[in-house]
Amino acid sequence: MTTPTEIPEGPSKVELAPGVGGGGEIPSFDITLKVRRYDPEVSDEARWDEFKLTMYGTDRVLDALHKVKWEHDGSVSFRRSCAHGVCGSDAMRINGRNRLACKTLLKDLDTDKPILVEPIKGLPVEKDLIVDMEPFFQSYREIMPFLINSGHEPTRERLQSAEDRERFDDTTKCILCAACTSSCPVFWTDGQYFGPAAIVNAHRFIFDSRDDAGDMRLEILNDKEGVWRCRTTFNCTEACPRGIQVTKAIAEVKQAVLNRKI
Amino acid sequence: MAATTEIQAPRSGRIAPEYNRHGSSRGNFEMFAWLFMRVSGLVLVVLVFGHLFVNLMVGEGVHAIDFGFVAGKWADPFWQVWDLAMLWLAMLHGTNGVRTIINDYAEKDGTRFWLKAVLYAATAVIIVLGTLVIFTFDPCPPNAAADLLPSFCPAP
Repeated sequence: MTTPTEIPEGPSKVELAPGVGGGGEIPSFDITLKVRRYDPEVSDEARWDEFKLTMYGTDRVLDALHKVKWEHDGSVSFRRSCAHGVCGSDAMRINGRNRLACKTLLKDLDTDKPILVEPIKGLPVEKDLIVDMEPFFQSYREIMPFLINSGHEPTRERLQSAEDRERFDDTTKCILCAACTSSCPVFWTDGQYFGPAAIVNAHRFIFDSRDDAGDMRLEILNDKEGVWRCRTTFNCTEACPRGIQVTKAIAEVKQAVLNRKI
Repeated sequence: MAATTEIQAPRSGRIAPEYNRHGSSRGNFEMFAWLFMRVSGLVLVVLVFGHLFVNLMVGEGVHAIDFGFVAGKWADPFWQVWDLAMLWLAMLHGTNGVRTIINDYAEKDGTRFWLKAVLYAATAVIIVLGTLVIFTFDPCPPNAAADLLPSFCPAP
């Protein structure tokens, strides 16, 4: 038996007039990017490096960092993976605010002034914009961020009403970028504080009707370094690139601890 | 019998010590401290503004305040309880607030310990002295200059 051979279709070609159908000129502008550099093999002191770049209106801070790394100074180090605001690798302090470099358009910043890019605060810097995330993940692991259910294993998936799902919908959005925890002034001086991200992820399971270990998580967060360390400065809510109402989630966990004890 | 090998969790032991929580501090002290701040704050709003209104606005107002005025108030158990509650709540509320600030900002354990020691000592002294004054206030202390005393005091 033979398969009939098909002649492949040729590439399609559409003639577009210049400036039509999105092919128009993208405005370009010059920026000064100041990157906080730290290399413990060279010097114990961090320094600022300045780069003058011509960027486009569609570019993000991450594109500027790429341009620096690929065309100016290959030693500039930063983390990024998906580059589209999902993986949470490239949280950094841009113009003094924690954001994802891949979600911050250059045109939304003040391009007349230098754009400052620093590593997130409160975690040990390893090199340039890369920090040691291990303390952050240690707190995350401690709140047991996984479903614990003591009932019988169902044969199908565990069903839940839309209202029950809605209860913790906001905190399911966390991508563990550490923008919230490293924007928290309490965490800056006290690295033992669980931090907003761990509490948000505990919230996600505490208020999940399918989970049975809410009490254990509340007990963990009733620690002296737990929810009571929160000063409701709202830095975390402001920093969250996913728009999670972090401070609200922390307040709900506080309330849950109180309701359980009193 | 198979020898068991202890396998460490990946990357364990490489976290800087300042990030490690030392043991667990279970117990509800921080929870009650948090709750106390909210409740005492609310109660203090009533107590403090009530106190200010009665002392400064009612009757002759601020001009009526002297030893006699104070003694008159404290002759009434209602004002004794009011002022005692205000003293204790304000002191504990303030002390807990400063304790929180010390915990937040003191970076060295030694600094934290000494700041808190001074704070608690000062609090204890003020609470004890204040309580003593509320219950033992004498509007006519002996050997005081006569022009400072209220008119009803017996002449020395």
